[in-house]
Amino acid sequence: MSSKLSQKMGLGAGGMIGGRVALKLDPQALRRLASGKHVALVTGTNGKTTSTMMLARAVGALGEVATNHSGANMPDGHVTALSKQPDAPYAVLEVDEGYFPAVAVAAQPSVAVLLNLSRDQLDRVGEVRTIERSLRDVISGLQNCTVIANCDDVMVTSAAKDARRVVWVATGTGWHQDSASCPRCGEPIRWQGEHWTCTHCDLARPKPDWVTSNGHLIAPNASKVELKLRLPGVFNQANAVMATAAATKLGVPIEEAVRRLRGVSNVAGRYRSIIRSGRAARLLLSKNPAGWSETLTVVKEAEHPAVLVINANEADGRDLSWLWDVPFERLRGRRVVASGERATDLAVRLTYAEVEHTIVPDPMKAIDSLPIGPVEVIANYTAFRDLNARAADE
Amino acid sequence: MSESTVQIALVLPDLLGTYGDFGNAVVLDKRMKWRGISSEIVTVNFGEPVPETCDIYVVGGGEDTAQTLAVRHLREHPGLQRAVTRGATVLGVCAGIQIFGESFTRADEITHPGLGLIDSTSHAGGSRAIGEVLAKPAHGLFDGVLTGFENHQGRTVLGPAARPLAHVTVGTGNDGKNEGAVQGKIVCTYLHGPVLPRNPALADMLIEWATGRKVEPLELPAVTQMRAERLKAAGQRAEV
Repeated sequence: MSSKLSQKMGLGAGGMIGGRVALKLDPQALRRLASGKHVALVTGTNGKTTSTMMLARAVGALGEVATNHSGANMPDGHVTALSKQPDAPYAVLEVDEGYFPAVAVAAQPSVAVLLNLSRDQLDRVGEVRTIERSLRDVISGLQNCTVIANCDDVMVTSAAKDARRVVWVATGTGWHQDSASCPRCGEPIRWQGEHWTCTHCDLARPKPDWVTSNGHLIAPNASKVELKLRLPGVFNQANAVMATAAATKLGVPIEEAVRRLRGVSNVAGRYRSIIRSGRAARLLLSKNPAGWSETLTVVKEAEHPAVLVINANEADGRDLSWLWDVPFERLRGRRVVASGERATDLAVRLTYAEVEHTIVPDPMKAIDSLPIGPVEVIANYTAFRDLNARAADE
Repeated sequence: MSESTVQIALVLPDLLGTYGDFGNAVVLDKRMKWRGISSEIVTVNFGEPVPETCDIYVVGGGEDTAQTLAVRHLREHPGLQRAVTRGATVLGVCAGIQIFGESFTRADEITHPGLGLIDSTSHAGGSRAIGEVLAKPAHGLFDGVLTGFENHQGRTVLGPAARPLAHVTVGTGNDGKNEGAVQGKIVCTYLHGPVLPRNPALADMLIEWATGRKVEPLELPAVTQMRAERLKAAGQRAEV
């Protein structure tokens, strides 16, 4: 009933309230529910929901998997997910990076996946280095955990380096703007091609065990497997290789893991197309500069018009300064509509990026304002959530 | 200066670029170009020497560690300080106001020497100031209300040689009363947004200081509308 209530109150997809009540009644609920299971935790700034879904699909090869599909990635969401499938031998949980230390201590994972760390909602989540430090502290103390870590991300490498066992994955993706200085000693980080090294201490890019390469993965045994994903973009290839490395650690054969996870095509409404009066609008979610930067790469593949939807509610972060970290200049020459509750802030950014645009605050009307044909819609968190809900209603 | 290109140094964006501070450099650059003034952005990254010949220097906000590293870097490569002596125009945001001062004291009560370009000292306040800010420009420096978003724990006290940039009507700024600082051609502020996209009159003041010429108004409807929306939002914050 409380799940229904949560949906009624518009608090999300109903994945939270049940867990919140359970945690109130029993603060040890997460520890108790996770004990005896093989638990995999997935965290990082971007790609958590997609990677979690991919990993859960792959681990499904071994048996029943409890997972928090709806992106309810805080402890109450974990309790809800585990309570729903108390007999599942496996759990694959997406974890908000701020809650990772508490969840890891309670759930004692056998695998932890660290995707990437970059600036995100500075007024709410806090600064990247603080997050890195808290992950590093808890990871070094986990007893029976293998960490799957992206060695192309300086912050992730530092967070994972002191773990008992680490599997390094070269993802080929990385946002360098938050790692000019070493998270360990503060000296400059020097990049040479894909390799990076601190100019002072011994932090450097580890030799990868897995490599993401042009739509393929190269496994530790040197076998090369084509990914053939249904999801677009280089960053989803990175998510897939991270998920495969984690699934393999839990005992899934490589080929089978890839076969299963490539079926993921719609992640909580992302990447799906909605048809609206003759316009096929593909919905893309981006929440922060690194995410937007990757998504702009995806939409670059076709020259379709784009609707960009920006809100600045509590869950989005109220400070929109980050709009200036996104390379919107890449949209020059394309038809763009600025939309969302903060459409005007976006319009200012587009003006200075010399991207021609119109302003239509209602995203549905923004789609309707474009010629019939394919449309790319990129929205940040609450804008995306609202758009999906409205698309479902219509 | 009119015979050559106006150079805008974007100083250590990889350390002090946490809050979209690149936007301040873009706004200066475009507002000059659109008026036919030749300009360019010179990016100075961590580990690289700071040129002393640029016309405008833009320094952004950053985390504590980054701020300490930036001070050390700017001491080792004192191009910015030399440019100030020469009369260059400087904008320092957030961390900028702290590192340009005489000293800044962190929450751990350790006092770090600043660059001494502004007569001010900064220390950690009790609580973090987060939210929309409105302030009235001091001394008629520029027209309109100063608007921005603040997110900082520092509090700043100005000495007699520095003047406040504005007087706070909503939000915290330096101390709940004053916002930012002006000394010579150095302007400091706690405001993000970034501050220059939000406040075109401030951007144009810096351009006039750097070029020594008066610039014509530039009508950008989106900017006018955004200012109206932000002023309204901050006004609502004041009523809460």
